[in-house]
Amino acid sequence: MSLSTAFFAIIKRDLVLALRRRSEVANPLLFFILVITLFPLGIGAQPHLLQSIAPGIIWVSALLAAMLSLDSLFRSDFDDGSLEQILLSAHPASLLVLAKVIAHWLVTGFPLLIVAPLLAVFLGMPTSSLGVLLLTLLLGTPVLSLIGAIGVALTVGLRRGGMILSLLVLPLYVPVLIFASNAVEMAGAGLPIQAQLNILISFLIMAVFLAPWPTAAALKMSIN
Amino acid sequence: MLGSLNYSLQANSLSCIRDDRVLFEDLSFTVNAGHVLLLEGKNGSGKTSLLRILCGFREPDAGDLSWCSDALSDSSYYSDLAYVGHLEGVKKELTVYENLKVALALGQAGNYSITEALTRVNLEDFDDMLVGALSAGQKRRLSLARLLMTKNVLWILDEPFTSLDRQGITLIETLMSEHCAQGGMIVLTSHQDLSLQGVNVQRVMLS
Repeated sequence: MSLSTAFFAIIKRDLVLALRRRSEVANPLLFFILVITLFPLGIGAQPHLLQSIAPGIIWVSALLAAMLSLDSLFRSDFDDGSLEQILLSAHPASLLVLAKVIAHWLVTGFPLLIVAPLLAVFLGMPTSSLGVLLLTLLLGTPVLSLIGAIGVALTVGLRRGGMILSLLVLPLYVPVLIFASNAVEMAGAGLPIQAQLNILISFLIMAVFLAPWPTAAALKMSIN
Repeated sequence: MLGSLNYSLQANSLSCIRDDRVLFEDLSFTVNAGHVLLLEGKNGSGKTSLLRILCGFREPDAGDLSWCSDALSDSSYYSDLAYVGHLEGVKKELTVYENLKVALALGQAGNYSITEALTRVNLEDFDDMLVGALSAGQKRRLSLARLLMTKNVLWILDEPFTSLDRQGITLIETLMSEHCAQGGMIVLTSHQDLSLQGVNVQRVMLS
């Protein structure tokens, strides 16, 4: 079958699997909502403080939620041998891996975009910056999934890879966090944010084109 | 038929070292179209490691492999190969039919359609059942159905008879003979005696 058939078959397969294992979708989303709702309780009656740190809260929570969801990206395929079959396919492994990451983002990253505006209002973020928040999440969370995929691919063969995984990917997440939360903050103050957005767009383009190769190579090493 | 009959897999003085232990060294063999290579040896003698080297999951520590006298990377090797290992490679949350559809999308359509392949391995009544509900032997037959519906020359099978009943074993042996008669080739490990009619079986003993 052609490459595009294989590409979409993998996406469809992973979406059906996510639908049948709902906790996988619900966990990161629930974590995201819980962390954000705990902040106002912890900080107390200081609406201005909350408002000024809201972009940071939302982005840090999104980043941790993305990291929490990473392990499910290749784990079950690794355990039941499906990964071997995917890598044995005559199609380029990097593109099949990209299909898996896209499906994973649709299941774990995209739901964050849907609840984020609600949580932002809850934290008292000005409505003028809601659009920018969504835009940064739309550009930034796929980057988190793509970069994270390299880390998971490297650690999926280890029995206790969780700690190493966070050490590997967190430093790489930091630039996304800085530029994205900065953009939201600036937008709230009515300042131009074109530069931050351009950088996020370039992160996304680079991640889409460059991350699948090392991910595929690392997976080949892990199933060895 | 699988086209021309000049497929061949050659291994030249392969060796494999695992954790400072030499599993095998200087191992050479040639498998031609229509032939079966049966790997024998005790547990831990490197049978599975050799199969994983043949699949390209591992690099041999010395020696090289060639497919139709070309290096593996320069040839159509990976589209001519199908592997069934210890792990079935099927998702238990998907139905039998959905699993085979994904397998088909990853490979090329072969002689059998999905329904025909399922009929062949006696799973025709299970196509809309979740794989998680199948027994171990049925799962094994499902992963062997994958071999039938995708187009491939070389089957690499790691203990294909595990958890199959006597009927299942006869079935797989028939399928293997047919595959060889059509010009395919098979490399397998097994602790069972093979009874393949009219097929040239080479044996390699790993010790």
